[in-house]
Amino acid sequence: MEKDAVVELERVDAGYPGSLVLSDISFSVAGGEIFVLLGTSGCGKSTVMKHMIGLNPVLRGTLRVAGLEWSAATRAELCRKIGVMYQSGALFGSMTCLENILLPLEEFSPLKKKERTERAMELLRDVELAEAADRMPGEISGGMRKRVAIARAMALDPEVVFLDEPSAGLDPITSSALDDLILSLRESKRMTFVVVTHELASIFKIADRCAMFDKARRTMIAIGEPERLRDGSNDDFVRKFFNRG
Amino acid sequence: MSVVANIGRAAAEFPGIFRGWTEYVGETAAVALSVAFRPWRFRFRDAALAFQRAACEGLAIASGIGFLLGVILAFQCAAALQMFGVEVYVSDMLVIALFRELGPVVTAIVLAGRSGSAFAAEIGTMKVNEELDALRTMGLNPIRFLVLPRVAAVTAAMPVLTIFSELAGLLGGQIVLQAMNVPSAIFWQHAVSSGTVFMIVFGLVKSAFFGMLVGLIGCGAGLRTRSTADGVGRSATSAVVGGMVAIALADGIAAAICHVWGV
Ligand SMILES: Nc1ncnc2c1ncn2[C@@H]1O[C@H](COP(=O)(O)OP(=O)(O)OP(=O)(O)O)[C@@H](O)[C@H]1O
Ligand SMILES: [Mg+2]
Repeated sequence: MEKDAVVELERVDAGYPGSLVLSDISFSVAGGEIFVLLGTSGCGKSTVMKHMIGLNPVLRGTLRVAGLEWSAATRAELCRKIGVMYQSGALFGSMTCLENILLPLEEFSPLKKKERTERAMELLRDVELAEAADRMPGEISGGMRKRVAIARAMALDPEVVFLDEPSAGLDPITSSALDDLILSLRESKRMTFVVVTHELASIFKIADRCAMFDKARRTMIAIGEPERLRDGSNDDFVRKFFNRG
Repeated sequence: MSVVANIGRAAAEFPGIFRGWTEYVGETAAVALSVAFRPWRFRFRDAALAFQRAACEGLAIASGIGFLLGVILAFQCAAALQMFGVEVYVSDMLVIALFRELGPVVTAIVLAGRSGSAFAAEIGTMKVNEELDALRTMGLNPIRFLVLPRVAAVTAAMPVLTIFSELAGLLGGQIVLQAMNVPSAIFWQHAVSSGTVFMIVFGLVKSAFFGMLVGLIGCGAGLRTRSTADGVGRSATSAVVGGMVAIALADGIAAAICHVWGV
């Protein structure tokens, strides 16, 4: 195991029972790193993320989070270390935005009731949505739902945060504020981030390293700093991606 | 050809489906047991909400159907018994029919249509929206969170609904007999003398069991929802159909047990 690796994939085949999506993926994400997953739509980014957050078992190879593989025995411990924002937001539709963020706090945090509410409101303010606290997820916009979902993912100060397309559907100003939030959380709490995004501006602003998947070749085709991939790659696909076709 | 192919496919899928449901019931039982030892982990608020929807909001429809059932039964039987001039015995017949069989069964069918389908649709929508995945990655078990409170709520709601439906049925019968000049005092006297405590309690225990079946099947259908356009609709349908089949089977088994015991 690499020193200080928070997420580690070794020769992983990603996919669903009976359908292989990506094969032979290896990389590791260091503590405090912001790691971005790239690739065209449908290439398997969300699939790889679902393996990393322990929803689906990998088809082959080893995947470790905080040094542990996902299993029934490690599940409870690992769930406490990760925060997840799903591509669709996945807020609980029957609870208000505030209750959505309170839920993990109620279940797992030792805080008192009043402190929990304060903490949840603070998280909402971080994503600039304090005014939406008492509204239902069905009554706010898609971009707002994503930001509430990010606040919920941060609720228990996880070690690693997984964000599936956090900035899709956000305006440039909100999206840039979100990037700032991610950077400041990394600074203040040394959180590790694994982010799926297509926004080139955001990639260059936040990513320490990125990994790129290709649908046609069904594997990881490049890994490294975004600037190095843009300027130094001799792969057509990678150049095309960074230079918009 | 396609009929044969469908039958073949159904037969091939059956063991997998059976295993899935067995695991689901087993897991629910295990979770229920662990919550029984740590009752503060039970989601009382969700259970109370589900109870309100099933029992309070379903009371009118369950009583209404019970009332009509009583009226219809009374008319049918009175017509026959009148020939012998013993229409007062309609009362005895109503008590036995309603409290032993029809009360619990008809109420459970109403519950399957109202609550079973609602559970399947609610949980199915959550599945499609990745909310169930979100629960899992938060380390929260969807069975403890979603299934247990709902199943507990309908298990508790069924006896309440059944009692109201049965009493409404008796009232319906009494009104019919009143119209046939049987004094209400005599009707109720016959009703009380032909009902036994065992019969009423057995009917209520049965109805609670039916409620549990409807809740389990509704929630289970929701958890199995596929992420297709018609996925949630199909789950709701299978919750109702599955619920009714289960009620019929369970009632048959209960009748057989009664027969063997001679009660
Ligand atoms: N539940 C599933 N079962 C089987 N195959 C699936 C399932 N979900 C997705 N796939 C397939 O896996 C492949 C990768 O899908 P995935 O959602 O990981 O793509 P993605 O890179 O996240 O795309 P996008 O950028 O559009 O979100 C697709 O070909 C898809 O059809
Ligand atoms: Mg995706």
